[in-house]
Amino acid sequence: MPVLIPRNVDQLVEVFQEHPQAKLLAGGTDYMVEVNLHGRKPETMISLRQVKELTEWSVRPGQSRITIGAAVPYADMEHGEIARLVPALAQAARTVGSPQIRAVGTLGGNLGTCSPAGDSLPVLAALNATIHVIGPEGYRDIDFVDFMVGVKKNSLQPSEFVHSVSLPIIEGWQGYAKVGTRNAMVISTASACLVRDIDEGIVTIALGSVGPTIIRAYSAEAWLMKSTSLRAGAELDPTVAQEFGRRVSLESRPIDDHRSTADYRRHAVGVLAQRLLTRSFS
Amino acid sequence: MSINIPVSGVAQSNEFYSLQVNGQLHQVKDAWIGESLLYVLRERLGLPGAKGACEQGECGSCTVILDSKAVCSCLVMAADAVDTEILTVEGLGPDGALTDVQSAFLSEGGVQCGFCTPGFIVAVHHLLENNPQPTDDEIREALSGNICRCTGYGRILEAVRTVADQRRTNS
Repeated sequence: MPVLIPRNVDQLVEVFQEHPQAKLLAGGTDYMVEVNLHGRKPETMISLRQVKELTEWSVRPGQSRITIGAAVPYADMEHGEIARLVPALAQAARTVGSPQIRAVGTLGGNLGTCSPAGDSLPVLAALNATIHVIGPEGYRDIDFVDFMVGVKKNSLQPSEFVHSVSLPIIEGWQGYAKVGTRNAMVISTASACLVRDIDEGIVTIALGSVGPTIIRAYSAEAWLMKSTSLRAGAELDPTVAQEFGRRVSLESRPIDDHRSTADYRRHAVGVLAQRLLTRSFS
Repeated sequence: MSINIPVSGVAQSNEFYSLQVNGQLHQVKDAWIGESLLYVLRERLGLPGAKGACEQGECGSCTVILDSKAVCSCLVMAADAVDTEILTVEGLGPDGALTDVQSAFLSEGGVQCGFCTPGFIVAVHHLLENNPQPTDDEIREALSGNICRCTGYGRILEAVRTVADQRRTNS
């Protein structure tokens, strides 16, 4: 059982078609835990380490979107240009594991694993990210909402892989918040990303670790739009923020598990929503 | 090198491969593909400096530098690390001599049981390489992936400040 090491995207497409059962390996921060501690036996592996194209990101001139390669490490999103253009993604990136994990962990990894606790995923959901995937049939685009379909389940077809993620550059405010047992090196108990587009007067909010998939609180979003102005210069009544938090928490669908209880998660995610909304007006 | 080029032209790494560690090419033979870099360093290449504790990337005891990044060697598939440059704690100083970071850990009392120390030493070298004069917050952030159960971290932070000061004075 080899590690196959394609050098470019064309080779990757070809080799993944020859070995549809193969596992893609980027940072390895999820997969190697399975191997080290949970008795997982590696099958044929396809390493993404040498596929340079997947580690690139770009903003096309005249377009208000940023495209980030599937293998760009979180460390590269914490500061600099990506952080300036998509601050919520930078905030989420800073909460991933530790510096050692962020040096190698990737968006493609979060999307491949598709855990409800994936730190970047609420950001992709709140920003309506488009996932660019490549497979035997060529390129296709999948909206994030159609990409993540269950606990650790995505809608990738055999021999398809995530090439890159495209996100809008929003005029307004965006933020990410996460609750865990400590600040560093923690898997989220509950998380949320809120985006306030002051041009459109829209707020979107996506919740992590409180359901089988990332959850968009659509009803709370719609209620908020009817209840207050979200455009530039508007002010927020604190009771509106409180009611927004309550409504968001009602849309969560958490469970009890070894990390927390459903009750606590439901409460925490409402508090996060209220805080993020309040911050977006300050 | 044991990289075969099959029909598709895609390189592959099997049970035999070579790793570039501390500037030397090492042959790895009859390896299982699931072996971590940590395991291969310790059990096959005679480099026991990196320590194995949690084996899930939480404790940082196995930290090495891979292509200029500080990473957990327990989470690197060794057969996938062909064509990378690996630097372990053994390769930081010349011929077994202590580096300034190691000396400062000793002089400031940053070592008690010593198990986490190699991981810290590598992480501190990496930090000061990239940020020669870090603030306290930056030191804490850079070392947040390394766990020490003895020192309470205060003396480790002091050791880092000491090296940063020494290097500034000497430069």
